[in-house]
Amino acid sequence: MLAKRIIPCLDVKDGRTVKGVNFTSLRDAGSVIEMASRYSDEGADELVFLDITATVEARKTMVSLVREASRVLSIPFTVGGGIKTEDDVKRILDAGADKISINSSAVRSPELIASLSSRFGSQCVVLAIDARRNPSLPSLYEVMVDGGRTKTGIDVLSWALQGEKMGAGEILLTSMEKDGTKDGFDNGITKLLSTSLSIPVIASGGAGKKEDFKKVFTEGMADAALAASVFHYGEIGIQELKSYLRDEGISVR
Amino acid sequence: MIAVIRYGAGNVTSIMNALFKIGADARLTADKDEIERASHVIFPGVGEASSAMADLEKSGLKDVIRSLKRPFLGICLGMQLMCSFSEEGDVPCLGIFPERVKLFPKDRGYKIPHVGWNTLENTSGRLFAPTSDEEYVYFVHSYYVPYSENTSASTRYDGLCFSSALEKENFYGVQFHPEKSAGVGLGILRRFIEL
Repeated sequence: MLAKRIIPCLDVKDGRTVKGVNFTSLRDAGSVIEMASRYSDEGADELVFLDITATVEARKTMVSLVREASRVLSIPFTVGGGIKTEDDVKRILDAGADKISINSSAVRSPELIASLSSRFGSQCVVLAIDARRNPSLPSLYEVMVDGGRTKTGIDVLSWALQGEKMGAGEILLTSMEKDGTKDGFDNGITKLLSTSLSIPVIASGGAGKKEDFKKVFTEGMADAALAASVFHYGEIGIQELKSYLRDEGISVR
Repeated sequence: MIAVIRYGAGNVTSIMNALFKIGADARLTADKDEIERASHVIFPGVGEASSAMADLEKSGLKDVIRSLKRPFLGICLGMQLMCSFSEEGDVPCLGIFPERVKLFPKDRGYKIPHVGWNTLENTSGRLFAPTSDEEYVYFVHSYYVPYSENTSASTRYDGLCFSSALEKENFYGVQFHPEKSAGVGLGILRRFIEL
């Protein structure tokens, strides 16, 4: 039976892992490769490296970090953050990443999704969507870009459907309200996307307790759940989380 | 020396890294002589079937692969290309296995691609250990090979039972990615290079 995936996310700045609360006020959490291999050993199903480095110069270090991660890991990993062109994607995939995620650049030029999926395959194109509540839109959620700072006026569900149609292989849905709160995932919008799309949905933002993961898989019908700080600061162990989920009747590896 | 075939189908960094991890002497090559001389050949593949077949045809690798007598392992698209025909681009493939590659049926309420960790069942043959049943491996695919007489492992995806591995003489295929399947996957690669 296909297992629900647990995906630790490592926010990377200048080669170090950080995690922000509501995307700001960064706090250092340690060496990227060290943490990545620890998660892999503990049974993480996949990893996401999110490059939050601002400068072009520092982005080059991301490629060498991906190369190093690929040597160490034998589970799939996705790299996101600041990816704008096919060449950016090629460099990261050549370095050994399995998937890339695109967010703001896809909103600005949706054809990027189509060109990446036809060149590299939809299996490696993850469309990341940052969602914020906006009751004036049909799905009640608006797509945000630039790390959640800029409104777009675009409805989350219609954008996700368009992304799927253009060749995205998975959706990584982050709730802006929930991110960093440890108050549980946003199961409502997760369920809406998961039941409306035929590609997998990874839920992100709000993980605080083991029960939150159970709920996002049952109520939210997510295919995978992503979290950062609960894993980074050792609040929830991955093995412990998986044995809890197994006891609750959820299929995990 | 293990030859990993280089052709126009996707990323091979991970498979090279995995072979390095298990201490294999592997080389990425498109050279026919080198492939023919290799002790083992690995045929990776992430991409689209008809363009990959066109590439194999053009480079002349198609006939080289079919005539190999040493252990040969196709991974993911590599395994699908070893079959007789693929619905992906409606293309005749290498014909090592008689099976036809099909698209997962749509509108059955489950998601395509089949992506993530799923279990092996009915394992048999030389790539697997007695304990391999129920072990999880990592899949990413939208097309599948039906269960058949050459199936050496099967996997279920929402009621559909498909071939997660094939074996026939010196030819082996795995639908999942052993290079991405943690210790279980590295064990499968190790058993292959020890053949």
